[in-house]
Amino acid sequence: MATDTHHHHNEHHDEPSWIRKYVFSTDHKVIGIQYGLTSLVFLFFGFCLLMMMRWQLAYPGEALPLLGKWLGEARMPGGVMAPEFYNQLGAMHGTIMVFLGVVPLAVGAFGNYLVPLQVGAQDMAFPKLNMSSYWVYFVGGVVMFASFFVPEGAAQSGWTSYAPLSIVTTPAQSIFRGQTMWLIGMVFLITSSLLGSVNIIVTIVQLRAPGLTWMRLPFFCWAQLVTSFLLLLAFPPLEAAGVMQLMDRLAGSSFFMPAGLVISGKPWEGSGGGSALLWQHLFWFLAHPEVYVLILPAMGIVAEVIANNTRKPLWGYSALVWASAILGFLSFVVWAHHMYLTGMGTAISAFFQTTTMLISVPSIIILTALILSLWGGSIRFTTPMLFALAFLPMFGIGGLTGLPLGLATSDIQLHDTYYVIGHFHYVVAPGTIFALFAGIYYWYPKVTGRRMSETLGKWHFWGSLVFMNTVFMPMFVQGMAGMSRRMYDGGEAYLHNQHVLGFNRMIGVGAWGLGLFQLFFIINFFWSLKRGEKVNDNPWKATTLEWNTPTPPPHGNFTKIPDAYRGPYEYSLPGSDTHKDYYPQWEPDHVAKAGPKETK
Amino acid sequence: MSAHIEIPYNMDERPDTGLYNAKLGVWLFLASEVMLFGALFSSYVLLRTGASTWEAGHLILNWKLAMVNTFVLIGSSVTMVMSWAALKMNNLAKFKLYMGLTVLCGIAFLVIKGIEYAAKFEHGLLPNQSTFMAIYFTMTGLHGLHVIGGMIVNGYLLGPGSKMWATEPQRFTNRIEVAGLYWHFVDLVWIFLFPTLYLLPGK
Ligand code: HEM
Ligand SMILES: [Cu+2]
Repeated sequence: MATDTHHHHNEHHDEPSWIRKYVFSTDHKVIGIQYGLTSLVFLFFGFCLLMMMRWQLAYPGEALPLLGKWLGEARMPGGVMAPEFYNQLGAMHGTIMVFLGVVPLAVGAFGNYLVPLQVGAQDMAFPKLNMSSYWVYFVGGVVMFASFFVPEGAAQSGWTSYAPLSIVTTPAQSIFRGQTMWLIGMVFLITSSLLGSVNIIVTIVQLRAPGLTWMRLPFFCWAQLVTSFLLLLAFPPLEAAGVMQLMDRLAGSSFFMPAGLVISGKPWEGSGGGSALLWQHLFWFLAHPEVYVLILPAMGIVAEVIANNTRKPLWGYSALVWASAILGFLSFVVWAHHMYLTGMGTAISAFFQTTTMLISVPSIIILTALILSLWGGSIRFTTPMLFALAFLPMFGIGGLTGLPLGLATSDIQLHDTYYVIGHFHYVVAPGTIFALFAGIYYWYPKVTGRRMSETLGKWHFWGSLVFMNTVFMPMFVQGMAGMSRRMYDGGEAYLHNQHVLGFNRMIGVGAWGLGLFQLFFIINFFWSLKRGEKVNDNPWKATTLEWNTPTPPPHGNFTKIPDAYRGPYEYSLPGSDTHKDYYPQWEPDHVAKAGPKETK
Repeated sequence: MSAHIEIPYNMDERPDTGLYNAKLGVWLFLASEVMLFGALFSSYVLLRTGASTWEAGHLILNWKLAMVNTFVLIGSSVTMVMSWAALKMNNLAKFKLYMGLTVLCGIAFLVIKGIEYAAKFEHGLLPNQSTFMAIYFTMTGLHGLHVIGGMIVNGYLLGPGSKMWATEPQRFTNRIEVAGLYWHFVDLVWIFLFPTLYLLPGK
């Protein structure tokens, strides 16, 4: 009877309207592309914010050419950046990069597009919910963007929005104030992540194709699964905290406001009795798992690219799986390593130092397994592989510089300095973002039917690698010299910074170089859409199920739901000949292992 | 090619997991809700332990009305189960009766809550008066929003949504089960809220 109604339905709506197909689509691939394009735009926007900050840091107090006038007197009096505007740029750069750029790209775009394909499903488990999660994200982004244009501009209290600052800045009890809109925007973004993560988990658990047992699941899917659990369970406390901060700003409550505050010489008139530290706890309870949300999908992408380009099974697949699951659990009990300086007492501090050291173990297992996977492989140095390879040492630097931060004794010196900025940018920028580039170059042929240019890709890679390090390496030096983060004059006012101020100019130049080399990517991205080399369904000779679809995959993905006959990385196994060194998951033994014939 | 998309296990259970999709989905959603309210309860504990004074709920809140509300919500959970059971016994009319009662209980809860809020506003007992009042309004307000959300779902399933019974009875029954899980959770949250806010002594 169900088929009857559908038949009837089909007669009238055979070809869905343009709007249903490209705007309000329920197809996970269209939604994935929507997420991808939107988040790339936000990444670009976040990058522009940073360029303005970097100008100010390199040449404090000098008028910004061209843009200075255009941004208006309130933001740039006489073309020179106002401190309040610098703070807006800083807060919004962090917020946009993390919540509107990297996470939506890594989970919204890659997860949405690839998870159903890799598990051999026709779509996500809840297609309509999927569509709404994109649109809720979109609204959250619009709210964040619009907040630049309300009186007194966007949020100014850092991406961490620490109270009491976040509550006493632009305190008008109106929703049209930067910080208030930041909170409202976050509620949208959190809701969107919750919907998205439920969908990804249910898809992986319920829609795996016949034969695709847990230990045959590509590592990418495992990474997405753990990531989704982190989003699902870590985000709600921030939502609760966001609601409480909204109450503080709009209803005059004092959740995060202690008694007896004096602000600008005037006693603050609230009931008091709240706790500023409560905000920090709730924020970091989300934000530490959040950093693993930033890194796990990246590790997933890198694993896929490495296996494919070394033509070898991943070294220690099950170690990777277990390590990422343990990483997921442990990431819920390390949050207060961001708060050693709040006077938490030695017992609690010892606990968080221990858990922080513990969580480094699975991180290092993952990194080691990926490095060992290279051993003895006949490596193809394609553009995606170059990015994946560079990910390894860059993430390594980021992770290792985290260890001194995890120990209270050294963190007292390093906390809130540029060293911390260097640490987390190494993990997120040349780490995660390189992995995301690797993923884009690697799956672009499946999405568009064309390969991106290798020449442009290599220019993009080498330029990015050099300039990423030009930008972030000096930050360690500045930080160890004691230079604080979030100083709008670049730390000029302090004597102890004088000998490291020169680096600000070096970083500024590096940032320009980095931006310039992204042009190669942008040009490549659009040029290849029309001009890229046309490819068949499995151009990289890969083994996982997404390569078993027509290219680009149609609505419904597979011509026939595949069976999975083996694990995900069966490359160059003993007995496989040189004509075909890989056994795809979807080919039964008699096809996979028969003769030199290539599969289409 | 406009392939016909059939998402598996959106009605029947997947043999190896023993779940249909929506049921797993709602359990995951409830896990996130536990974290949401868990964070609020933790905040309550942290704020209370850090405060020098704390109001006694039974002295400034109307615990009698709240007690009535507790029974209203428990009652609605019972009728919710009955409505699901009615569908299991193929009785749509009975389903409508019990689901109707569930929605009515929801309305009753909100009306009583409204009376309570109005009295607080009248006496100037607002979130800016004390941390206790702030957390009272935040938690009961958020809970109230959850009640409203549940009533919208239940109202839909009672009205236009019930057409699905004629075409896909199994799927419709599943929907009631899933909506029920959510409704019981909302009820459960209240059962924790009630003693925490209304009965605990002050300090
Ligand atoms: C693997 C071992 C890691 C360790 C031991 C570690 C440790 C730490 C510690 C202790 C801090 C606080 C520093 C301070 O504020 O004084 C910190 C900050 C940070 N870490 Fe890591 N981390 C690690 C990996 C990562 C990864 C993988 C990411 C992201 C992908 C990351 C992102 C961040 C961010 C964003 C901050 C700074 C947040 C802020 O204050 O604005 N970390 N890390
Ligand atoms: Cu952390």
